[in-house]
Amino acid sequence: MKKKVVALMMSLVMGMSMLAACGEGGGAAGGDTFKIGGIGPTTGPAAIYGSDVRDAISIAVDEINAAGGINGHQIEYKFEDDEHNAEKSVNAYNSLKDWGMQMLIGTVTSGPCIAVSEKTREDNMFMLTPSGTAVQCVQYDNAFRVCFSDPNQGAASAQYIADSSLKDSAIGIIYDSSIEYSTGIHDSFVAKAGELGLNIVADTSFTGDSNTDFTAQLATLADNGANLVFLPIYYTEASLILQQEKTIGFDPVFFGCDGMDGILEVENFDKSLAEGLMLLTPFSATATDDLTVNFVNKFREKTGHVPNQFGADAYDAVYTIKKVAEEQGITPDMSISDICDKMKTGMTTVTMDNVLTSPTTITWTAAGEPNKDPRAVVIQNGEYVLAE
Amino acid sequence: MLNFLNTIINGISLGSIYAIIALGYTMVYGIAKMLNFAHGDVIMVGGYLVYTGMISWGFNPLLAILFACIGCTMLGILTERVAYKPLRGASSNLAVLITAIGVSYFLQNISLLIFTANPKSFTSVITWEGISLADGQLKIQGITIVTIVAGIVVLLALQLFIKRTKAGQAMLAVSEDKGAATLMGIDVNKTISLTFAIGSGLAAIAGALLCSAYPVLTPYTGAMPGIKAFVAAVLGGIGSIPGAMLGGLLLGVAETLSKRYISTQLADAIVFAILIVMLLVRPAGLLGKKLQEKV
Repeated sequence: MKKKVVALMMSLVMGMSMLAACGEGGGAAGGDTFKIGGIGPTTGPAAIYGSDVRDAISIAVDEINAAGGINGHQIEYKFEDDEHNAEKSVNAYNSLKDWGMQMLIGTVTSGPCIAVSEKTREDNMFMLTPSGTAVQCVQYDNAFRVCFSDPNQGAASAQYIADSSLKDSAIGIIYDSSIEYSTGIHDSFVAKAGELGLNIVADTSFTGDSNTDFTAQLATLADNGANLVFLPIYYTEASLILQQEKTIGFDPVFFGCDGMDGILEVENFDKSLAEGLMLLTPFSATATDDLTVNFVNKFREKTGHVPNQFGADAYDAVYTIKKVAEEQGITPDMSISDICDKMKTGMTTVTMDNVLTSPTTITWTAAGEPNKDPRAVVIQNGEYVLAE
Repeated sequence: MLNFLNTIINGISLGSIYAIIALGYTMVYGIAKMLNFAHGDVIMVGGYLVYTGMISWGFNPLLAILFACIGCTMLGILTERVAYKPLRGASSNLAVLITAIGVSYFLQNISLLIFTANPKSFTSVITWEGISLADGQLKIQGITIVTIVAGIVVLLALQLFIKRTKAGQAMLAVSEDKGAATLMGIDVNKTISLTFAIGSGLAAIAGALLCSAYPVLTPYTGAMPGIKAFVAAVLGGIGSIPGAMLGGLLLGVAETLSKRYISTQLADAIVFAILIVMLLVRPAGLLGKKLQEKV
């Protein structure tokens, strides 16, 4: 009896895999649709970023397909999970290539993005990462990004502080020394602050292994008289810092970067703790322009929550690919390498206006970096409000 | 001086959390002789159960903790039955260790599916502000005091249970010699199941206290405190219940002191260096019993 069941299962599995193989073969030979792949963590500790990117891309793709596609060709879209792990990201890339991917939007997080960029360079596959902020993510000429790089964010934060009424503050820093994102912003912030003559009184850090108790760091900052605390970290830790700052009675102004975006969406978070928190972020979900309202509404309908800037970056990425492909006359029957070469030229000449992630326009340098203006947002009455 | 005292107090509040987690670790190790690496994740599940009870269903905090205790006890018994019991006769202790790591990942991913990766902000189960000394310059938070008291109560209760009750004596016997205990008519499997049940029930309490002190709840909340608590248990002498308490407090204070006065970057390195020195000087841990080698 047992044997029969096993045999039945085996034949079922084999049958299924044959069917699946047929499906793949049929799709790849088509050549009538654009095949765009996406990679990012939809499980694991960074899952919130990857799942927002996945859903935002699919919203943009649906919109474009409904409006007639790119140059009259529909887009097929497939997203693979990499669990924020470089090895799995490369596997995901390989399986998307087997599927017939022609352009990659991804990957979402920096470490895996660097690993995958090595593979895309070998294949000359065009990649546009919505949110890989580390410098090396776009070190090859086939890779571009929508978000600011880490050094750009650090320098932009220092510049913003120097230009605002906060310029005479005694600045304290708490950063995560175990991730590239945070150390990258920290180093460029410190360098730029030195140039601009900002007054940094204390510089403390933590690691991913000790990211629950920040009382020691906060006490050091308080002792040194810091009244502005720069937090180039993610919001999960920041929500703890805000809570502990209150219990020890230390009350500075907090200033964060895009990783802080999302803090108000933490379920059951006491929003009054974040009152007055400033952050430099490319995207504000409460902006009232038509583009943002349309995107936020569709996103909320699809997922039940408000998108973070990762989703906005991804949405802009899809439209950037559309615009460049149209300007360069790219069609799906071209080879992957030809598409990539045309995209490379197109990216440096395109000007994206009407985007979610910049108040003005975005253009790109040949090095893959975007030129755009940051927005500073301050939290007032539990809402993000533009600081200007 | 006030600074120093404040740092010590902060260290104790971190350490008291490690201590209460370490109690569960050391209890299971002491009796079942297995490292339950999934303990930290049972704590996380406990945290989510308290959260669900308290925030989503509006229970009062005590009822929510009770609900989480029952839930975690059942989870403990279930994992023991499904994952560990079939391996008890396995030739190598490694098999069950690897399984525990598997259970740990399983719990994390199940929670990821059910509760999603979005962090949830926990409302403290303790509303008491705590006490202020020296004109408010020294603050001891309510949660710290409650955690320490809870730790001591649990410690005494476990000691009494093991020394004074029949089931406790059976546990002691099983921990000393499984074979002989069986010969004496003790049901070894039942005793070990009971150990897991108690350990997991404790995990629910630890989860409520951990999340009250550090109020962010994600599916990975339990993992790192679990490992730190394991270090605390080893430092205090794994298997020794008072040792776990002592080890937890020492670890918390050492970590906070090195963050404050030496370097925030090197804090973890210093803490683990203390562990290495400790193991070199006293391999059995602070309060651990020296085991005679059987030749």
